[in-house]
Amino acid sequence: MLTDLFPNIDPQDLLEATQETLYMTILSLLGVVIFGLLLGLLLYLTNKNGIWENKYLYLIISAFVNIFRAIPFIILILLLFPFTEILVGTIRGPNAALPALILGSAPFYARLVEIALIEVDKGVVEAAKSMGAKTRTIIFKVLLPESMPALVSGITVTSIALIGYTAMAGVIGAGGLGNHAHYYGFMRRDFDVVFLCTILIVIIVFIFQFIGDFISKKIDKR
Amino acid sequence: MISIKGLSKVFTFNNKKLTAVDNLTLDIKEGEIFGVIGYSGAGKSTFIRLLNRLEEPTQGDILIDKQEITTLSANQLRLARQDIGMIFQHFNLLWSRTVKDNIAFPLEIAGIPKAKREERVQELIDLVGLTGRENAYPSQLSGGQKQRVGIARALANNPKVLLCDEATSALDPETTNAILDLLVDINKKLGLTIILITHEMHVIRKICHQVAVMEQGKMVEQGNVLEVFSNPIAQVTKKFVAQVMGTADEGEDIKSLQEMYTDGKLIHLHFVGESTNQTLISQIAKKFPIDINILQGKITQTQAGGYGTLFVQMIGEEEEINKAVVFIRDETSAEVEVIENVN
Ligand SMILES: Nc1ncnc2c1ncn2[C@@H]1O[C@H](COP(=O)(O)OP(=O)(O)O)[C@@H](O)[C@H]1O
Ligand SMILES: [Mg+2]
Repeated sequence: MLTDLFPNIDPQDLLEATQETLYMTILSLLGVVIFGLLLGLLLYLTNKNGIWENKYLYLIISAFVNIFRAIPFIILILLLFPFTEILVGTIRGPNAALPALILGSAPFYARLVEIALIEVDKGVVEAAKSMGAKTRTIIFKVLLPESMPALVSGITVTSIALIGYTAMAGVIGAGGLGNHAHYYGFMRRDFDVVFLCTILIVIIVFIFQFIGDFISKKIDKR
Repeated sequence: MISIKGLSKVFTFNNKKLTAVDNLTLDIKEGEIFGVIGYSGAGKSTFIRLLNRLEEPTQGDILIDKQEITTLSANQLRLARQDIGMIFQHFNLLWSRTVKDNIAFPLEIAGIPKAKREERVQELIDLVGLTGRENAYPSQLSGGQKQRVGIARALANNPKVLLCDEATSALDPETTNAILDLLVDINKKLGLTIILITHEMHVIRKICHQVAVMEQGKMVEQGNVLEVFSNPIAQVTKKFVAQVMGTADEGEDIKSLQEMYTDGKLIHLHFVGESTNQTLISQIAKKFPIDINILQGKITQTQAGGYGTLFVQMIGEEEEINKAVVFIRDETSAEVEVIENVN
């Protein structure tokens, strides 16, 4: 019955492609979260009235973030080709997609982090200062915990964008479900493959969305 | 305990200068509850935030417990702040932490080991009357309970000074009184010096020993609460005193009282402090064969005793009434005035 509906499916290949998509998404997400948090924190802290208020540093980081958010992802991959080759040693396969995925999404997440931090009650930061807290304490014990639900829903949104990017990266040779749909489906005119890949990507997106929503609801004690 | 000299804060924005705190000089004694009252925008918050340098002073010196606050380095300031508790109008609790963990936060900052922290947190929870609510989150607490957490948190590192910025302004009157009672309680128990800021004279009346009235960045009047209550000089102060004493137009009142009560004599009594005054009426009634009819008045309680005015009608032999008046004048601290009958 299933083989009638999807005559051209090779379950083994499909499983591998799904794993590659998850691998790219999760690994790049890790990089995005680290760089995004770092950039977002820097944006927040160097902004006006921030703890490290610094007009020039803020402008520089802000410009960097804006530029990389403005570049369409598909072009970013092409731009990064030489860089990727030096860094990863190859321009094919899931690992080759990572630099572009991270660089393409970290600035986006950084803005979400900045917004999440701006939403933190200034009074609470002030209270921590009045207790004699160090900046490090303010970051790790006030800013991050108090903005956690927004940081998590930011990760959810970013991860879904990343899944989309992995599919795009796949089309130009990075592997994963996008790659699979393109080579084994589109190129061979086997549209059942394209269709099934789509279903799998949608399911993955739903799972990420569900987990993200669950966590941010769970940790929100407001 | 606290000595402030020539303290000023000038804000500059849009190339305009605004002097929020204007050349303040004042002293606050150890163990005192010092109130600062003023209307919104008077510079009260700026003033109190200068004391722990949440706001950097433009000019002036702040001496707290023999330590010059204005010259401290960032590191020294952090340590000094651990000895200065602060509570806020909107409580400023971390929503992500339970009551227990909110109170533990300043202890974590001070680097107290975990076992000791837990012990101290429990002590504080009992002190502020939150036993049983240790594991609640702030969102599950009422305003009054939140402020209790705020107070416990501010007291965690055994500060010598407690700064309160409109600590009761977001609370209903009943909860306000409960929180004020708690502040008096810790002031007595711990000998803590408290500086509090408010726009409600009720708060000053109920718990403060000293009061300063602030207007446009300046302290326009200052003194012990009874003095300021009984003899307000500045226009703002008069308005604030009227907040708790009512705006009775005494001239008008006296005239109508005279018209209504024509027997005997109309007496105007003025009480300032001293609890002995509180039995004054019954003393007179026992000592002199006269009747006393209480007509109108308002007495209110401050930390230093009662304060207010009372109109009474004394009925009886004129000679006895005169003796009673002399007794009040000579033997008690109440001021007495016989209102001559104009008819
Ligand atoms: N950070 C700031 N920048 C500019 N002006 C300020 C700032 N903080 C307070 N002010 C101004 O200083 C004056 C006093 O404010 P504040 O101390 O908050 O008064 P209060 O607490 O008595 O209501 C107000 O006019 C206010 O607008
Ligand atoms: Mg204020």
